[in-house]
Amino acid sequence: MDTIKEDVIILGGGMAGLRAAVAAAEYDSKITIGLVSKLYPLRSHSVAAEGGTSAVLNAKDSFDLHAYDTIKGSDYLGDQDAIEEFVRLVPEQIYTTDHWGCPWSRNEDGTIAQRDFGALSFPRAVFAADKTGFHVMQTLYSRALMYPNIHFYNEYFATKLVVENNLFNAITTINIKTGDFVVFQGKSIVFAAGGAGRLYQFSTNAHFVTGDGDGIAYRAGIPLKDMEFMQFHPTGLVPSGILITEAARAEGGILLNNEKKRFMSTYAPNKLEKASRDVVSRAIMWEIEAGRGIKGEYGDMEYVYLDLTGISNLLDERLPMITEIAKKFNGIDAHTEPIPIHPAAHYTMGGIDSNVKTTTLYPNVFAVGENACVSIHGANRLGSNSTNECLALGNVAGKVAAEWAKSHDFASVSISSVNDEEKRIWEDLLKRNGGENVAKIRDDLRINLDKNVGVFRTEDLLQQGLKNIKSYQERYNRITIEDKSSKFNMELQWALELGFMLDLAEIINVGAIMRKESRGAHYRRDFPDRDDKNFMKHTIASYSVNGPQISYKPVVKTKWEPTVRSY
Amino acid sequence: MDEYTVEIKRTDVDGKTRMQTFKVPKDKVSTVLETLLYIKGYLDQTLTFRYSCGMEICGSCGMEINGKPHMACSFVLDNFKGDKILIEPLKHFKILRDLAVDIDPFFDKYKAVKPYVIRNDDGNYQKELLQTPKQFDEYIDYSMCIKCGLCMAACPIEGSDENYLGPAPLTAAWRFIADNRDQGKKMRLEIVSGAEGASRCHFAGECTEVCPKGVNPSFAIQKLRSSMIGLEFQKLFGGK
Repeated sequence: MDTIKEDVIILGGGMAGLRAAVAAAEYDSKITIGLVSKLYPLRSHSVAAEGGTSAVLNAKDSFDLHAYDTIKGSDYLGDQDAIEEFVRLVPEQIYTTDHWGCPWSRNEDGTIAQRDFGALSFPRAVFAADKTGFHVMQTLYSRALMYPNIHFYNEYFATKLVVENNLFNAITTINIKTGDFVVFQGKSIVFAAGGAGRLYQFSTNAHFVTGDGDGIAYRAGIPLKDMEFMQFHPTGLVPSGILITEAARAEGGILLNNEKKRFMSTYAPNKLEKASRDVVSRAIMWEIEAGRGIKGEYGDMEYVYLDLTGISNLLDERLPMITEIAKKFNGIDAHTEPIPIHPAAHYTMGGIDSNVKTTTLYPNVFAVGENACVSIHGANRLGSNSTNECLALGNVAGKVAAEWAKSHDFASVSISSVNDEEKRIWEDLLKRNGGENVAKIRDDLRINLDKNVGVFRTEDLLQQGLKNIKSYQERYNRITIEDKSSKFNMELQWALELGFMLDLAEIINVGAIMRKESRGAHYRRDFPDRDDKNFMKHTIASYSVNGPQISYKPVVKTKWEPTVRSY
Repeated sequence: MDEYTVEIKRTDVDGKTRMQTFKVPKDKVSTVLETLLYIKGYLDQTLTFRYSCGMEICGSCGMEINGKPHMACSFVLDNFKGDKILIEPLKHFKILRDLAVDIDPFFDKYKAVKPYVIRNDDGNYQKELLQTPKQFDEYIDYSMCIKCGLCMAACPIEGSDENYLGPAPLTAAWRFIADNRDQGKKMRLEIVSGAEGASRCHFAGECTEVCPKGVNPSFAIQKLRSSMIGLEFQKLFGGK
């Protein structure tokens, strides 16, 4: 066992983690930062963010308007005080990343351009064509290379947060390349390990978005919040699930059913295709249920069309990547043909119970980005409101984690807890021999969530979903990891990820059963209305050996009363 | 034939190599990455390779497919006429295990060209730095590099000289020099003027051919070379 000491540990090398690392490095050049990630930073899912990031830059726009759009989008589950503070932090981050080289798309006069996006009342999405996440990530990674006090630990898979007396003292990892068990001792830690969108089979997310950060925090006693709110993006490309950005609709793309008719006027008479994601996803599913989907070339999945032929003149400049993707992956020329799409799991609104200061239950543990639940996004995140959160709150998290590190000493590592973890992996997990295949359980789990905990939910589906999850947990006890190699053992990593996924699936499912209302992305056919009297509250899931213990926490309201939400 | 015959060059952790053949049902997979995931999930759990986004934007899954560097995720099998697929690790990289190679030296070379905006007024972020669409066009194509390393595997100079900076790092150098917000041109030109820099390129153009993102490293290196000549003139004759 090796031990590596860094003042600040950052778990995750995506946009939130990189922004936090740079903020911590700038805070004090004598503070050392260990950026620990299971991937090389540029392989993180943040690079897949496409359409834009909302920021109030125009005199005709306002912070109140950005806050209101976000709160309405959240179906009144977002904490209004946090949202008001958050929107004010964003513009500086746009200018900062501009100075660092981000190729933000421009107006003729050289200023930063903005475009419309779903459910916005002002076109405030700053963008880098349709590769916003990619370019911001290149910018942040490059910037991070400038600081000698940022140390990259690429391809280290984190397994356990070591906590004593309510303080974090270390995190255990496996160095994937060598197979060594490596303990990172730190004064403070920032969780920035992303969401859990790969709990679902049809997903826009990178393969490694398996919720490890949520899972590790949960098992260490940190509660998770609002996990039943999984966002389904309306336009996942069929059959791969690759994201086709919302900007495609914001720029004028339309949705068509099998009769080649636009249908959004039935579901969102004002905003049409530019309604919020939960609304558009349900509309597509209803069309398909009514027999107006298209079934054909792509196996069993029925779909509708996203038609961009009316904006073909914009595609090459404003939407080049999705145009290229349609061509490369489906052989479709988006200038002249419609694109097959279906709602796909996209964003985990829930996460580590946190706030706009990024603090959590333990005073030296911070959380940010999709890994955290502030809650800014409540029951439904607005498109263009994730990467700005990574930037604005990543900056906050880096500073507060560095501040803590500057004024505290290292706590000693709880050796027995570390030893238990080493035994769990090498004595238990790797030696299980029941013959169950890791990939098979994982695929079954994903299909189960698609089917039973998806866009439409009912008591019966959810009870069936939970029963299935219990059976997968039982099978997980009987897995056999065929790969016995220590070096680069990806099957072991799959097995560890699956362990976290099974915990999270149960939390999502239990929370969904208990929330007997429909709000944002959580839609119950048996309770189709929002119930503010009983459920305008956050779901809190705490670890116990018998499964998640659910409690609730009030939503913070400042000046926006919940009203009927329509687009 | 309703199956693909997939031949993979395996290298175990002790460095021993062998060829292994798998049969994969065509209806289960649509890309090479899906094929590899199917094999690893259900046929041989020890097969090792890197991947992540599945949409050709993260740069993880570069490998040699049928003798040429490709991204596994965007190698669509429908477009490919044939039933046999040969998969090998990227050339010019040290193999760690099977198709996973050591990419650290590549990222070290990238870092060496100072791939970030350098400014005298760093820290003052109150407003954007103006950049007209014309200025934007000067560098934007070169900013599309996903750091996949395909160009490094295709470059004949990389094959004979592992210290050569290589196409992607040199392209990154030009990307920042061409950005009107950057003031680090001179520093960067000094770096790429070294013995292992732009002058080593023979303009074989293989890098440009294999780039999955349409970046043109070969042209970026030509631009660097002309700027280097400009710098030499300045040194000889002074002036600005």
